[in-house]
This record gives sequence, C-alpha cells and structure tokens, in this order.
Amino acid sequence: MLEVKGIENGIVIDHMKAGNGLKIFNLLFSNIEHPVVLLMNVKSDQLGKKDIIKVENTFDVDMSLLGLVDQSITVNTIKNNMLVDKRKVEIPKTLTGGIKCQNPRCITHSDDYAIPTFTLLKSNGKLEYECNYCEEITVYKL
Amino acid sequence: MRHVIEPEDLTLDEILELVDMGLSMYEDPKPYSKVCDGKILASLFFEPSTRTKFSFDSAMMRLGGNVIGFSDADTTSAKKGESLADTIRVMGFYSDIVVMRHPKEGAPKLAAEYSSVPIINGGDGGHQHPTQTLTDLITIKRFKGTVEGHNVAFCGDLKYGRTVHSLIRTLARFGSKKFYLISPDELKLPSALKRQLTEKYGVELVEVNYTEDVIDDIDVFYMTRIQKERFFNEADYLKLKNSFKLTREKLKNAKRDMIVMHPLPRVNEIDYDVDEDPRAVYFEQSEMGVYVRMALITKLLEVGPYARS
Repeated sequence: MLEVKGIENGIVIDHMKAGNGLKIFNLLFSNIEHPVVLLMNVKSDQLGKKDIIKVENTFDVDMSLLGLVDQSITVNTIKNNMLVDKRKVEIPKTLTGGIKCQNPRCITHSDDYAIPTFTLLKSNGKLEYECNYCEEITVYKL
Repeated sequence: MRHVIEPEDLTLDEILELVDMGLSMYEDPKPYSKVCDGKILASLFFEPSTRTKFSFDSAMMRLGGNVIGFSDADTTSAKKGESLADTIRVMGFYSDIVVMRHPKEGAPKLAAEYSSVPIINGGDGGHQHPTQTLTDLITIKRFKGTVEGHNVAFCGDLKYGRTVHSLIRTLARFGSKKFYLISPDELKLPSALKRQLTEKYGVELVEVNYTEDVIDDIDVFYMTRIQKERFFNEADYLKLKNSFKLTREKLKNAKRDMIVMHPLPRVNEIDYDVDEDPRAVYFEQSEMGVYVRMALITKLLEVGPYARS
C-alpha cells in the first residue's frame, strides 16, 4: 500500500470526494512554493474513496472555496506533529471571487474594481448565487 | 448620503411621498424654482438617452441648479480605458449629485461604492431604471387616483426591458397580486425575476399570447419597445420587432378608463392613431418624469421641501 508520511507543520485537507482533489489542487495550490502532496482514491470508510491534500508550512486556506467545491471536506491543522484544529467546511453564504457572473452584461466582466461578489440563494441540489451587482443568478459549476 | 440604484433603495412610504411631492411640483412649480441654487448635477450618460437625460437636466434647471455632463462616453476618459470608479471619484469634486446611465448591469452600484455624492441610476443595461418607475407611478397616480390597486398588463420586450423589471417589482411591493404578461417566447420576463415575484411576493403571473384575450380586464396597459441595442445579432431583432403592436382596433374592448403607458421611445409598437385616443397617456408620462425627478433631486440633496430643519 502506498504510504505518505505525516507533516510536521501545515494543513491536511481531508474527506474530499474522489475526483475533487485535483480540482482543489488546481484552484488553490498549483502555484504554491511549499511542498504539497495530493493523494487520490484513498480508501475511506465514510466515502468509499476519497482524496487528500497535505500542504506543508501553510495554515491559511480559502474555506469558502473549499465549501463551494465539496461540502464533505474537513481541514486539519498540524503544528509540531500535533493536530491542533479540525474544521469542517460549509457552503459559503457569500462569495467574493471564485466564480464568474453568468450574465455577460454584468459590470464585473469589464471593470477591475467590480470584484464579483455573490449571495447564496438556494443550496438544495444545486448552488444558486445571486450577483450583488446585476442580481443575475449563477448556478455553481466547476 | 443616499443613493438610488434600484427602487428598493426607497421605502414604499418614501415612494408615495415622492409621487405626491412630484404632483405638487407639477401643479405649482414656482415655490421650488430656486431650491437648488448653487448646486450642480453631473449627468453621465455612457449610453444614449433622450427622455431620462433631458428630463433630469430640465428638472435640475427648474430647481435653479446647474448641469454638467456628457451623453457620449467616447468623448470621455472611459474611452481611454478609465475605470468607472475613478471617473466617479473625480465627479464628486465637480458636482453635488450624479445621474448615470451605463450599458453594463450593476455599474451604478459600483459607482455608489466609490462616490462621495449621491448616485441616481438612470438605467443600467437591462437591469433597473428606478426613476422611470417613479415616473410610471406618478403617472398612474395622476390618471388613476392611486398608485396601487389596478390590473396591470406588460406587453412587448419583458426580457430586456429594465423599465418593466423595476416597475413590476415595485408594484408587487405595493401589494399587486396579479400581472398580465404579453410577449413573444424569446422575450419573456427573466425566470429569476418571475421566481422572485411568485415566491417572495406571492404574485400570479398570467402569460398570454394575444392582447385581445385580456384587454377588457386591464386598468393600466404598459407597452414597451423591442430594444435593438439589447440583441447580440440583427437577425433576432428583426424577427421579433413587430411581434406586438397596439392598434385602435385592439383598444375597442378595453375599459373606457384604462390608460396606455409607454416609457418611450416607441418605434412602431403603438400605431400613431392611438395617440388620439384619450386613454393614451405616454406623452404626459414623459412630462411627469420631470416633476418626480425634481422631487427626487431635492430629497437626495436635502433641500427645499426636504431641507433639514
């Protein structure tokens, strides 16, 4: 069985549904300088198969974006080889960036000052976000 | 400092108060002719306009104020790629209040985030047009006696028609429970707005294909133009532009006290001979726009009837 050693300091993004690991890696960690490990299709009692990302020497992570992609994620913070914090992500009620407004006429597509910001309208089945500028609804799709 | 970006920026009481103030100004404008002395309105029209721009200009001048601005963004630094936020920050030094029209939806909201003076949305793309709503409401009040309690039908371009979006939402806030929607399939009311109307306000939306089917039950008939500038290609526009047309023949079964409104400009959606019908009030509607905008300017500048004691 493939084994990857634990990290001394950093975060472990755990319980990602299999397949979401690469999406999250590309979104958040593709340009990071610190060591990162992406484990895919790891056996899981809870999910059957899961993905895991371990990032060394980094403690900040965009919980909103994680919650948007996969609501089953937990983020473990490790300091001096000890688990010091365990956080579960939630579906973000507001979003700043992360997704683009689907309305081609929205000001967020043409003015750098207009950072796309959204408010969650519905989260049953699909995630629907209302643009705070043009009010158009964008259904989240990665 | 307050901005008016969408009708919801005003409470229902404030809307009624502005309508009544606008009617007072219409009936006797003289007492208000100097209340904006020394004040400057910046009229920033990044997209063409006749009625909205000139009615605001006229409103400010009738209040004794001055107007600066442009009606062609190509003559400004926007053409050089300047951000709207930067333009607005600077306009705060040159004026006391700004009215802007912009083709991008949400642009006035961005402007408000960076402005040191009140911003009035004079129309943003197909999104909102709150002062047209005030114009529509003052017209309804003038001709029907009250703002609320009427059967209203919207006809034409309900998809991109921002005047419809602003007015229908505001009438729903006032408690209207049913609207008739008459439009081609391609130009139906956006689904997000429909959902908001039905779920938030409990409104019944009756979609019909023919004006004749419902004309005898309508108190306010709101026509709109099929807007060429909202289409990405000419072919779609040409296909739909003649979809619905109001004629004297269609008005035959309408109530005698029904009113026909239109935010103008019209192209060919209302026959010219309808103009002679006493129920056609769209030119008076344009006229009322000046007075309700006078009321709004005085409110946002806190002068005249809205001066702080």
